[in-house]
Amino acid sequence: MPGEKLRLRVLTPGHRACQGCGQALGVRLALERVEVPFIVANATGCLEVFSTAYPYSSWAVPWIHSLFENTAAVASGISAALRALGRGEVRVIALGGDGGTADIGLQALSGMFERGDDVLYICYDNEAYMNTGVQRSGLTPPYARTTTSPAGRVRLGNVRPKKDMLSIAVAHGVGYAATASIGYPKDLERKVQKAMGRRGPRYLHIHAPCPLGWGFEPEKTVEIAQLAVQTGLFPLVEIEDGVVTGVRKLPKRLPVEEYLKHQSRFAHLFTSEEGRKAIAEIQAIADANVARYGL
Amino acid sequence: MWTVLEGSVAIAEAVRRCRPRVISAYPITPQTHIVEHLARLAADGELDAEVVNVESEHSAASVVLGAVATGVRAYTATSSQGLLLMAEVLYNIAGLRLPVVLTCANRAVSSPINIWNDHQDAMAVRDSGWIQLFAEDNQEAVDLHIQAYRIAELTRLPVMVNVDGFVLTHAYEPVDLPDQEEVDAFLPPFEPKVRLDPDHPLTLGMLAEPHVYMEARYALNEAVLGSKEVILQVQREFQERFGRSSGGLISVDAPEDAEIVFVAMGSVLGTIREAAESLRHRGIRAGVLKVTCFRPFPGEAIASALRGTPRFIVLEKALSMGSGGILANEMRAAFYERDRRAEIISVIAGLGGRDVTVAQIEEVAQAVLQGERGPVFLGLDQRLLAREGTS
Repeated sequence: MPGEKLRLRVLTPGHRACQGCGQALGVRLALERVEVPFIVANATGCLEVFSTAYPYSSWAVPWIHSLFENTAAVASGISAALRALGRGEVRVIALGGDGGTADIGLQALSGMFERGDDVLYICYDNEAYMNTGVQRSGLTPPYARTTTSPAGRVRLGNVRPKKDMLSIAVAHGVGYAATASIGYPKDLERKVQKAMGRRGPRYLHIHAPCPLGWGFEPEKTVEIAQLAVQTGLFPLVEIEDGVVTGVRKLPKRLPVEEYLKHQSRFAHLFTSEEGRKAIAEIQAIADANVARYGL
Repeated sequence: MWTVLEGSVAIAEAVRRCRPRVISAYPITPQTHIVEHLARLAADGELDAEVVNVESEHSAASVVLGAVATGVRAYTATSSQGLLLMAEVLYNIAGLRLPVVLTCANRAVSSPINIWNDHQDAMAVRDSGWIQLFAEDNQEAVDLHIQAYRIAELTRLPVMVNVDGFVLTHAYEPVDLPDQEEVDAFLPPFEPKVRLDPDHPLTLGMLAEPHVYMEARYALNEAVLGSKEVILQVQREFQERFGRSSGGLISVDAPEDAEIVFVAMGSVLGTIREAAESLRHRGIRAGVLKVTCFRPFPGEAIASALRGTPRFIVLEKALSMGSGGILANEMRAAFYERDRRAEIISVIAGLGGRDVTVAQIEEVAQAVLQGERGPVFLGLDQRLLAREGTS
């Protein structure tokens, strides 16, 4: 596009992500506009698997994968080393999925936040353990069907709400914490720019639909991501120094069915009376989000 | 400079002289005094290092992993449960070929919970790809740490220096602390070929599918085996510069015609040396074979030492549940592979800080000379066992 700055190459083509992968798009949107030099620490997960099968790597920036739950601590170590080397111009970005961030990696992330380490931690949230075959995580939404929270004769899938990672980050005193969606690329890129303009621990939570795990056609990834925002189920919020400084308003909010009906993980809700009650509960969650953030 | 120091302080002073730039650890007894001293030095501006206080040993190991991958020298220390919690990261560090140095203040593992010394912690991670060295006394603990960085950086392998918890870490002994200039001359600045650097991007920690994974693990094994030469070379360099012998693979203190030789690792060797001397005074030709380096396992060196000795008592502070003495079994394998025949009697001793006395060691030697073949569990309280049972 004329006037568009040349994008830095970060995650190059040729990797093995599924068609319509929200995460692959999310990583590009988040990192390609970062103009300062940086090092990536990546948790075990789809992203690591699809981008680094030896001898091929899609990464054009220095990148390390260690384990599943220690990414925040590895990033802290990189940050400490850069401080020791006097290389303050080099930044550290950690990447983890919803399981690697909110479940198994939460302790290390809490330590990284609490110590004030200079790392931007990005969680790409596809709402289940997709790399191992769509198992439930602490960020799986209520009534979603996964392979470990199946919809059966007496249960309607996952019974618990999504863990509120944004509040957890903010409770640690993180200077910049925000949610973003691959359905809103400009908003996402702006938030990364803003986060990179600050130092210390920062947290960005990116909603990244997964066609395979959620059950929709690959060409609909961006649309599904937009519907999550437009129904109020995934609020786009920015919190700086504990204060909400930005929300994406929803003047024409859609009912949650408009989001749920495209995804096979919610299909069981449309076939029974209990399912209709569950949809009403999901609508109440969206309503609560609207009230909480003034969407 | 000779000075009387607590073992932990002596180790910390040795580490300080190796100039680590990132130090990360989590509190666990009996390791704590080491990192407390280093934190004090950093707080006083006497050590130019980033001290990262983490929320677990898993993260301590991960922080030093990230730091060394970025190209700086780093240090961590732990014990017991902390080492077990690190286990996953330790394997990862070795696989990534990062020259981390770690002190393990050896301590028993739970359950039952017990804070005192044995070697079950270190033995639990013996297959991880780390070089494992064991110090007999605090002087050797100092020397091994200085050697550890040199070995690690020459081999691109992590090194674990094992120091008996409390017995060494909390004991005051005179030690000769080398001057900073001497250590600087022995240990050049860390200049890794592989590191995370935006000017030269590389991908570390890739996925290895079945057609390449096995080669990666083979290569790691070859590197660990090959490190024996480096360990010996560093031992020689150290002796040339500092004038004393420490480190290496094994050392033998026995008469040529020894009829019975004790094999052990760590501080219990002091007690064993006294027992061996006492036995020699009573006409029994007893000797000592010290294993300083457990990984890589010096099978060739052990099996070719003391070729005339018909029996060895392997006294160790660890065992593999359902199998037996680990050092004893590895020694048997090393002998068998080389067609060497000798009695190798396994003695499990000192678990969870149980005292090991000179008298007990002498009694074991006498029993072995009278036909005892083991395995022996030294000093078991038979009344306690009878009362509580083992089932």
